[in-house]
Amino acid sequence: MDRGRFSSNSLGRRLLLQLLLVAAVLSALLYLAVRSVANQAAIAAHDNILGASATAIAEQLSASEGEVLIDIPYSAFSMLGAISEDRVFYRIDSDRTTITGYEDLPLPREVNARTAPQYYSSRFRDSDIRAVALERLITVDNLPVSVIIAVAQTRRGQDAITARVANTAAALGIGFFLVAGFMSWLATRSTVRPLHDVAGAIGRRGAHDLRDLKSPIPSELAPLVNSLNGFIARLRDALHRNETFMAEAAHHVRTPLATVRTQAEIALRQAETDESRKTLRSVIRAVDESSRSATQLLDHAMISYRSDQLARESFNYSELTADVIRGLIATAELKDLHIVSDIDTDLQYNGDKVLIECALHNMVDNAIKYSSDESRVDIRLNPVGGKIQFQVCDKGRGLGGSVQRDLTVRFKRGLNVSDVVGSGLGLTTVELVAQVHNGKFELVSRSGGGTCATLTL
Amino acid sequence: MRFLLVEDNTDLANSVSARLRLDGHAVDWAPDLRAADACLAGASYDLILLDITLPDGDGRDFLAKHRAMNRDTPVIVMTARNAVSDRVKLLDSGADDYVTKPFDFSELEARCRAVLRRRGGSARNVINFGGMEFDALAARITIGEKVRELRNRELRLLEILLSNPRSIYSKAQLCDRLFSYTEEPSENAIEVYVGRLRKKIEGCSARIETVRGVGYRITDA
Ligand SMILES: Nc1ncnc2c1ncn2[C@@H]1O[C@H](COP(=O)(O)OP(=O)(O)OP(=O)(O)O)[C@@H](O)[C@H]1O
Ligand SMILES: [Mg+2]
Repeated sequence: MDRGRFSSNSLGRRLLLQLLLVAAVLSALLYLAVRSVANQAAIAAHDNILGASATAIAEQLSASEGEVLIDIPYSAFSMLGAISEDRVFYRIDSDRTTITGYEDLPLPREVNARTAPQYYSSRFRDSDIRAVALERLITVDNLPVSVIIAVAQTRRGQDAITARVANTAAALGIGFFLVAGFMSWLATRSTVRPLHDVAGAIGRRGAHDLRDLKSPIPSELAPLVNSLNGFIARLRDALHRNETFMAEAAHHVRTPLATVRTQAEIALRQAETDESRKTLRSVIRAVDESSRSATQLLDHAMISYRSDQLARESFNYSELTADVIRGLIATAELKDLHIVSDIDTDLQYNGDKVLIECALHNMVDNAIKYSSDESRVDIRLNPVGGKIQFQVCDKGRGLGGSVQRDLTVRFKRGLNVSDVVGSGLGLTTVELVAQVHNGKFELVSRSGGGTCATLTL
Repeated sequence: MRFLLVEDNTDLANSVSARLRLDGHAVDWAPDLRAADACLAGASYDLILLDITLPDGDGRDFLAKHRAMNRDTPVIVMTARNAVSDRVKLLDSGADDYVTKPFDFSELEARCRAVLRRRGGSARNVINFGGMEFDALAARITIGEKVRELRNRELRLLEILLSNPRSIYSKAQLCDRLFSYTEEPSENAIEVYVGRLRKKIEGCSARIETVRGVGYRITDA
């Protein structure tokens, strides 16, 4: 059953895979979102400081004697140094010529005094840098002069922050994926469980249990279970019709047979000649034979059918044995047989009750049939080494030289039993019952005359 | 004994009734469950012989109702089904016993006796003959103070002889009724049982006479 739970075509597996896929996509999105938001925040913070630094320089600009004067304040760089060990570059251009700083520090394409400072990323001296540029107009000799101030800082510190943030985001994503995955698994299990419950409920059933499925099921499964129940009902109906048919067929065949037999008995009472007595006795015998064959054939067919799908239930062997004996005691009495039973009480074992009843019935029936008048039949039922042993011993005619192997063959009867009605199927059935229960059946002649039949299950 | 026979097949009902009457029993016949109810309302019976498949219902339902009403007349079912599973079910349904059609009347009688005995012998039919008291149900004869148990064949032999005292039964007739139809017993066997029975009824005026060349009869002269 567990193999089916997540096998290639399993609903559970498909559902789990889909949920995991969704969880993976969500985790990736989460990772990307966290990283980019954190990055942007870091960049914005950095930009603010760069901007403040550039503004601090710009505030110290002045003009005198037709020249732009710059007095770079210490604080302009110390605030940048506070956030990391990164190198700082600057460049101040006046009228498109660099008056101080690195003249090759890249500038944005356009810097405009009317707009806010411009932030940009670039490369400088083999390092990635983040930079800000702003323009101020200084009045020199009554003429406005454009001064561009650029401040840049390498990004190693920022990269480190970015990497840390990325790690955290990745850990978050993976954690999310693991939690979501686990929850998907739980959800899948609980979603698929009703299906397994239904399957289990059917799987645990005995072979002959055709009741409707009643366990509570989710509404989505209702159509499935309903159609299953419909199917079971049809099966039950068919079986029932079949049984009714068999019963009626038996009724129609056996009732006239009963009439014939009764009439023959009445006629025999009034028979005058030996001739007619003989005839009537053979009529009765023929009726008994056909009836016996019908019974044994049907039983044998039923047992063969049932043996494919044993109903294994625990039941009281002692009671069953007592019932079997009670059913046959009247027959034994007719021959003045003395049945001595030694049955251990309350022997509870597993097995197919119908099959075992049939086996016991046949064994006792044989003992009675083949016993001599007024003799004794011993019936024992007791546990022997973890198994249960049923033994019937009679003091009858014995096996007459036949061996068990021959007598258990279908329709085979002993050579010394032509005067007794029988179909030769009884022991075949007993043997079959023993086989399907992994048991053993033994039939041996007793030394003092008679037969012992032993069934060990 | 008084039987109620519930059986819808007229032929079978007639022959079973005739056969039971041969043994001196009284039989009422009900062809369906309604008639059976009517009979039970009007008379009391020692035993009910019940068919399962009836035109107006299932014999097992009748059984269930019968038991529910606390009527304690024992019921022997005549079933056409003898599949193993039916055997178990029938007894569970409240039948006292069952016979499978076609049935042997000696066996039916034995089962009736066993059922009645189990039920505490509500229908005691004790026969007094020639100073002996014969209780067929208990399989006993009492002569004065002495009580003697009878074995089954002795019992049946005595029953046959007493069913028509003083008339003669041939050995063959007795054979037919004491032994199963399949075995062909030697007529000596009858002599053995007659001999034993003679011993058991010693001490009273009843005697089993041998009518040379014809058979046996019981007299109390
Ligand atoms: N207790 C016994 N004593 C002597 N012979 C026996 C005994 N049990 C079985 N046999 C022999 O084994 C044979 C097969 O038995 P089995 O029960 O299969 O058939 P059956 O009794 O002849 O017919 P049925 O199927 O009607 O019972 C019998 O015919 C008989 O010869
Ligand atoms: Mg047999």
